[in-house]
Amino acid sequence: MTPLLRVTDLSKFYGQRVGCTDVAFNLFPGEVMGIVGESGSGKSTLLNCLAGHVPPDTGEVLFDTRADGLKDTVQMSEPERRMLGRTDWAFVHQNPRDGLRMGISAGGNVGERLMAVGARHYGEIRESATDWLGRVEIAADRIDDKPRAFSGGMQQRLQIARNLVTGPRLVFMDEPTGGLDVSVQARLLDLLRGLVRQMGLSAVIVTHDLAVVRLLADRLMVMKSGHVVETGLTDQVLDDPQHAYTQLLVSSVLQV
Amino acid sequence: MTEYNYAYLDEQTKRMIRRAILKGIAIPGYQVPFASREMPMPYGWGTGGVQVSAAVLTPDDTFKVIDQGADDTTNAVSIRKFFERTAQVRVTEATADATVIQTRHRIPEQDLAEGQILVYQVPIPEPLRFLEPRETETRKMHSLEDYGLMHVKLYEDIAQHGHIATSYAYPVKVEGRYVMDPSPIPKFDNPKLNMAAIQLFGAGREQRIYAVPPYTDVVSLDFDDHPFEPTKADHACDLCGSETSYLDEVIIDDAGGRMFVCSDTDFCRCRRAAGHVGRLGTALPEAAE
Repeated sequence: MTPLLRVTDLSKFYGQRVGCTDVAFNLFPGEVMGIVGESGSGKSTLLNCLAGHVPPDTGEVLFDTRADGLKDTVQMSEPERRMLGRTDWAFVHQNPRDGLRMGISAGGNVGERLMAVGARHYGEIRESATDWLGRVEIAADRIDDKPRAFSGGMQQRLQIARNLVTGPRLVFMDEPTGGLDVSVQARLLDLLRGLVRQMGLSAVIVTHDLAVVRLLADRLMVMKSGHVVETGLTDQVLDDPQHAYTQLLVSSVLQV
Repeated sequence: MTEYNYAYLDEQTKRMIRRAILKGIAIPGYQVPFASREMPMPYGWGTGGVQVSAAVLTPDDTFKVIDQGADDTTNAVSIRKFFERTAQVRVTEATADATVIQTRHRIPEQDLAEGQILVYQVPIPEPLRFLEPRETETRKMHSLEDYGLMHVKLYEDIAQHGHIATSYAYPVKVEGRYVMDPSPIPKFDNPKLNMAAIQLFGAGREQRIYAVPPYTDVVSLDFDDHPFEPTKADHACDLCGSETSYLDEVIIDDAGGRMFVCSDTDFCRCRRAAGHVGRLGTALPEAAE
């Protein structure tokens, strides 16, 4: 079986400092992978390298493109990578302000990706925007409101709708539940899990919240100081941690 | 006038501007950066257009300046005088007689012919500016032909107003490649951008020159179900009776009285000279003879 994403020997240095180093993994279609670790462990650097926001220093990020099969996205030309970024890929930022256009209505935000890939029929764009707002539980009468009139949870859901509207195959998420209160987090996770399963999405989720990976991820990668220290099935890693840091991480979660 | 070089600018500057113009013509719709000079007028009064005109004028040219279609406004009169003094060109108000026409915010009603040059004054050359404030990003978007955002603006218009409410500086795609701001001309004039004359756009403060060569395909952006429509006031000119020209609304008293007149004064004058009379107009003496 061809992996959707194959990463080999990926490293990124910031001068003398290590961003992340020697990362290698395969992600298969329909699989959700979690990346956990403490702040500064290189999770976000890794995610940004994967998504093409930051060029890595060494290594390959091969993506199974529709046209040519596995292709190195690091060597790819900028227009090609941008095209991937608005069709087959999606990126959900931790802060919805980074992922949304705050001065443009919710409908326009969802429609932007459609228009970027050539949709030129207003009625159809609006219809799929309405449809997607419904799927992320935003009332249809809010379609012409600007995101700044939305609550934090709604903004995050809007960002998810905006990203999924073109039917991507791979979603990168950077702390999608960060900064939300627990009840809103729970609903967002529920929604995400539903969407991921329904659409058969593959996803790479970066988080420091073990509950998020327990709920969403099939596989887990634990990072510390730029290195991957442990990988495995989520339940296996969380229930039987082998590495000292993973043990610390798992035992740090407060039991209510 | 021996104090100044011909057409005010020194020869090196004119060469630099001509190079930018040639590059602009070679890549229709592409914004060419140039080293804009200080001109003896404030930014926003047409410093870009004046520099382009200065670079293309020769002693054999006949020069015409219009401001919102009119030959007789302060801006038009002073720019015309400026080149009359510094470049010794003949000046005219007749569109057909001019070889170089500098314009602010209008295209003349009369079709331009081969051999004529239309110079636009441009305040903000970047059509994506109000959607994406970063110049580095908009340049990247132009180079990668990443123009989805332009349609987001039109989408927002329809969502808010029920139709595309952008009525001037309406974005166009030039020769299937670059999205261009045609300067703040009314969208009524957009179809005329496919013309036989050379069109040069100069933005002085923003230091950009761009161009549309003759017979270049210029398409106004729109949606399949909300096609582009040129609009004008739904009246006839009150002086010359024309029903096809772009109109200005003029308030004539403090009791709500108003009249609509052609914004292109030369077009209106020619029609009246030919004997056309509008609702409030009087026959011109030469037409009566």
